[in-house]
Amino acid sequence: MYKYNDFDDAFLRERTAQFRAQVERRIDGSLTEDEFKPLRLMNGLYLQLHAYMLRVAIPYGTLNSRQMRQLAMIAERWDKGYGHFTTRQNIQYNWPKLRDVPDMLDALADVGMHAIQTSGNTVRNVTSDHFAGAAQDEIEDPRPVAELLRQWSTDHPEFQFLPRKFKIAITGSPNDRAVTRAHDIGLRMVEQDGQPGFEVIVGGGLGRTPMVGKVIRDFLPKADLLPYVEAILRVYNRLGRRDNKYKARIKITVHEKGLETIRDLVEAEFEHTRADFMGFDMQALTQIEKHFQPPAFKQADTAGYEVARAANPAFRAWTDTNLTPHKTDGYAIVSISLKAHGATPGDATAHQMRVMADLAEWFGHDEIRISHEQNVILPHVHKSDLPELYAVLRDAGLATANIGLISDIIACPGMDYCALATARSIPIAQEIAERFDELKLEHDIGPLKIKISGCINACGHHHVGHIGILGLDRAGVENYQITLGGDGTETAAIGERAGPGFSAEEIVPAIERLVHAYLDLRATRDETFLQTYRRLGPQPFKSALYPEAKANAA
Amino acid sequence: MSRKFTPKVVTANDLLEGDVIYLAADDRWVRDMKQAEFIEDEAHAQIRLLHAEQQPDVVVGAYLADAALGDDGPEPTHFRETFRTRGPSNYAHGKQEKQAENV
Ligand code: SF4
Repeated sequence: MYKYNDFDDAFLRERTAQFRAQVERRIDGSLTEDEFKPLRLMNGLYLQLHAYMLRVAIPYGTLNSRQMRQLAMIAERWDKGYGHFTTRQNIQYNWPKLRDVPDMLDALADVGMHAIQTSGNTVRNVTSDHFAGAAQDEIEDPRPVAELLRQWSTDHPEFQFLPRKFKIAITGSPNDRAVTRAHDIGLRMVEQDGQPGFEVIVGGGLGRTPMVGKVIRDFLPKADLLPYVEAILRVYNRLGRRDNKYKARIKITVHEKGLETIRDLVEAEFEHTRADFMGFDMQALTQIEKHFQPPAFKQADTAGYEVARAANPAFRAWTDTNLTPHKTDGYAIVSISLKAHGATPGDATAHQMRVMADLAEWFGHDEIRISHEQNVILPHVHKSDLPELYAVLRDAGLATANIGLISDIIACPGMDYCALATARSIPIAQEIAERFDELKLEHDIGPLKIKISGCINACGHHHVGHIGILGLDRAGVENYQITLGGDGTETAAIGERAGPGFSAEEIVPAIERLVHAYLDLRATRDETFLQTYRRLGPQPFKSALYPEAKANAA
Repeated sequence: MSRKFTPKVVTANDLLEGDVIYLAADDRWVRDMKQAEFIEDEAHAQIRLLHAEQQPDVVVGAYLADAALGDDGPEPTHFRETFRTRGPSNYAHGKQEKQAENV
């Protein structure tokens, strides 16, 4: 993975020192909150409901064991012993004290990490496929390009005051695990005449006005990537609306001006940017690529793994749900679920972080990934090591066998933490997971993505959940609206609102009715919830959600 | 016609800790909403808010929150404010942690 050079390190140290001085000036009263707020936000520090919150970027979701251990240390020393992994491959600390934050940032800098541009109207953390570098369907590891984008966008003077925040996602696989169509720019690697390049998607986004991104270029050679992305940013920076916060994202710019106009402007700008770059970007990329060489994969006998699978049903169930085929023979991609039934989605204790760091070091070529689905991935584990790895995970409460199932819920922090929330999301996720665990139905139900947001900003990606839940405030009471049929993959779709919302007490039974309807309606055991929904449309599901409406109409 | 004024408390977050705080009648900042000044007069509410806003080295994000008078003092009327008196629901952190320590 990418290792900071002296330049990167000096830059970070300087930023932290500046922030330390800014905090001091805030505390001694020489900076007002209005003056300080933009400064703290530039360094990832928010004020939430009950406390400050520090959002730390995990660039394209990649960590090594040393970094993970440092995240654990920070959680223990300056927070309450845990961290929350988010849908944007960040980690959030929910309880930092203002005075401690500069020390936390220094500790991050010690392991080449930071919280820069995790807020504000800038290019945010570039997210990527969490199976990058390991996936069987991958054309190329997208992370060198992601790192190039990170370096280019960090402190980019032209793009520090964009009309609104700007999110880029990149995947090296045709199967989109990075929700590229719901980003301001989505980059999906494709091949043309044996050459890797990108399908460039613009104007996707969730939030108040959800939109599936549109293809602005169906094939962009890899060598043109940075100048092309810069051209898009320039056009957006010029045209994006600054008069209305809710109309400021590039999705609205594309929608209002039309894709053709934007494309023409971008292509014209691209002529200039390409000339300006003069190939420096490709030299940088060549340097970066050296940091992303695949590990020295080992060869070993997998007979022991098969024996363990046959002997231990719990282990077998875990291997069935939590493993993904690896591109190298004998290896598997391990997804560690941070969704134990009843636990807070995406939370890991300092102890759990250390256990995962140890496992990565012992069995995983020292590589760790954070997924946008709020789980932790060990991308390279040899199958012969899985039984031992599983035993360690189990002892740490990390062996929940539910990846991709109904209890593997994405939930944003909601009104338990977030100052913008209109309702809570975490307790709803906890209750749904516990309920379906009780019913012992989740393996029978099969792949089903529930995603929950605590307000219209949609950090919980509810629009692209097969079942989406949006928490609202209806006349001073928490109310939950259901959307159906969303999809965050290469066949992206925005879920459709099912009807009136449900109270906090009604929402879990409503989800249960919905799932029972699916079990009755599916054509075969293999037909997933989403497939059944696409085959039959919303009507039978709505009838299950609103039985009274059906009775009244009859 | 403007909306009828509903009773308020002045609330904010503590600058250093981030914890939710309330303005008491004797100008102290208190952590427990029940000890906050219960404000029934709109003009007085504005004055108290200004007083809070003039303490940028102590508090951050002061605003007026709706309240009702309960047996022991002001109580929240909206669930958001109820959560602020308590802390998150997934862990016993925030004020509920301190309350637990006191018993
Ligand atoms: S969706 Fe809303 S409530 Fe949830 S984290 Fe985002 S802003 Fe906060």
